[in-house]
Amino acid sequence: MPELDMTVTLAGVTLKNPVVVASGTFGFGREYGQFYDLSELGGICAKGLTLHRREGNPTPRIAETPMGILNSVGLQNPGVDAFIKEELPFLRQFDTKIIANISGNTPEEYGIMCEKLADAGVDLIEVNISCPNVKAGGMAYGTRPDLAAEVTAEAKRHAGRTPVMVKLSPNVTDITVIARAAADAGADALSLINTIRGMRIDVNSHRPVLKMNTGGLSGPAVLPVAVRMVWEVCQAVDLPVLGMGGVAKGEDAAQLMLAGASAVAVGTAMFADPYAPLHVRDGLADLARRQGLDAVAQLTGGVKPW
Amino acid sequence: MKVERKCRIVSSNRLGDAVYMVLEVGDMVRTSFKAPGQFVHIKCGDGLLLRRPISVCSCKENAPDDLLAIAFEVRGEGTAWLAQRPVGHTLDVLGLLGNGFQMNPEHRYLLVGGGIGVPPMRGCAQYTNGKSTAILGFRTKEKAILLDRFQNECAKTLIATDDGSLGYHGFVDALVRQELAEDQNYKAVLACGPKPMLRNVAKAAAEFGVPCQVSMEERMGCGIGACLVCACAMNDGSRKHVCKDGPVFYAEEVDWNA
Repeated sequence: MPELDMTVTLAGVTLKNPVVVASGTFGFGREYGQFYDLSELGGICAKGLTLHRREGNPTPRIAETPMGILNSVGLQNPGVDAFIKEELPFLRQFDTKIIANISGNTPEEYGIMCEKLADAGVDLIEVNISCPNVKAGGMAYGTRPDLAAEVTAEAKRHAGRTPVMVKLSPNVTDITVIARAAADAGADALSLINTIRGMRIDVNSHRPVLKMNTGGLSGPAVLPVAVRMVWEVCQAVDLPVLGMGGVAKGEDAAQLMLAGASAVAVGTAMFADPYAPLHVRDGLADLARRQGLDAVAQLTGGVKPW
Repeated sequence: MKVERKCRIVSSNRLGDAVYMVLEVGDMVRTSFKAPGQFVHIKCGDGLLLRRPISVCSCKENAPDDLLAIAFEVRGEGTAWLAQRPVGHTLDVLGLLGNGFQMNPEHRYLLVGGGIGVPPMRGCAQYTNGKSTAILGFRTKEKAILLDRFQNECAKTLIATDDGSLGYHGFVDALVRQELAEDQNYKAVLACGPKPMLRNVAKAAAEFGVPCQVSMEERMGCGIGACLVCACAMNDGSRKHVCKDGPVFYAEEVDWNA
């Protein structure tokens, strides 16, 4: 049997396999690196960064829901400079692509961070315009096409040759409107979906379980939403897509790729199974072999709609 | 080194309102034990996406099958599932996680546990080979657990109940004051229990100038420090994480008003 080619490309960056880990679920790699060699991963989307250190939201920050979880961490992070100085050298020891994820309060902040990260030599910058858990910036940029375009353009102006991938929010009426705005403003790739806003109430105390009242839903519950949105976006724009949302096994990853994603991210599934990204990768490879493919990239966009 | 392992349930018994379960954990203790007060993160069924963090009550290196005991209360779906697992079944366990109490087996400590915060203090008692003193608080006599173990494994064991049905009528911090007034030669006060109890115990220890460490609880995600969910507010305005930086913190580090 010929060797299956697992490589994929995303905005000109070659990943050794299509499975990356989603921002916010993997810290800066040190913790899961105690379980397996991070070089096994196609890429690592590092924890979301802001220009300055943030301590995040009060607790509880997490709630379990049917086949999902809600979180409201609120972008706790050490700031972009600390990432470059203390975390990036650690991540650079591994043979995997490093994707920095950034959130700004203003378009200028996105620009400043892009410049710093491009200079520091990350492989890709994921521009988060979709965090549902912060008041300033965050999701506001991801729900208005004019603001999405402004942030994208500012990021592109400062990212030099480092490709810019814009992370879209599912909390919109028509995600293709935002996707087109980012594409027209020069985005090199899109990633979707971020979490879906949700809420859980403790029926005994009558209190929301999360201290911030609402949070972002992730986990298998959101997979069909992610597949649908990736499919819509891939028809609307001609950009590579990193698909994510509820991926827990190879078949889930294959669905996102068939919908049009070039690569997929695994996140929440790791909380139950630290090895989930490797299991997804292996499951995806098995599926591609069973279907007689030479390259896993052949799955991308292969859906045959009725 | 972190370990994810299928662990066989050796025994599972009701202990008042709690369940006392012994697991065979292979080399987990030998490879990842740091100090008493660590926890394991247990997968509870397929439909629940989050593991349940449960403190280690007692663990021994007993090659080839290290045994580890946990004691937990049924608080929701996950722990209900766990309580129903029969002996001989296996559990998916991540461990040992977190940092335990900073302690030296040569010293003696004042160990304070409240409610389901009592079991983790037993590991501290064992670690100091009978030299420590335990102060255990429960809501009522029926809720009291592990008393015989503490009485065997501590130099002295004092009990408090909220309703006075067993031992001292009142809260553990009163007994901490009483004990420290008589004997300040404890290396430290080590405590686990509800946050208001920990705050009061920390205050009592501070009054006598005895260092205090507390084991904090928070809703957790990954359990290893990657998802940043289980934040604990610190006095300096930062937020540390219970799973990775804790669960044990020095009492003076914690922002008790958060």
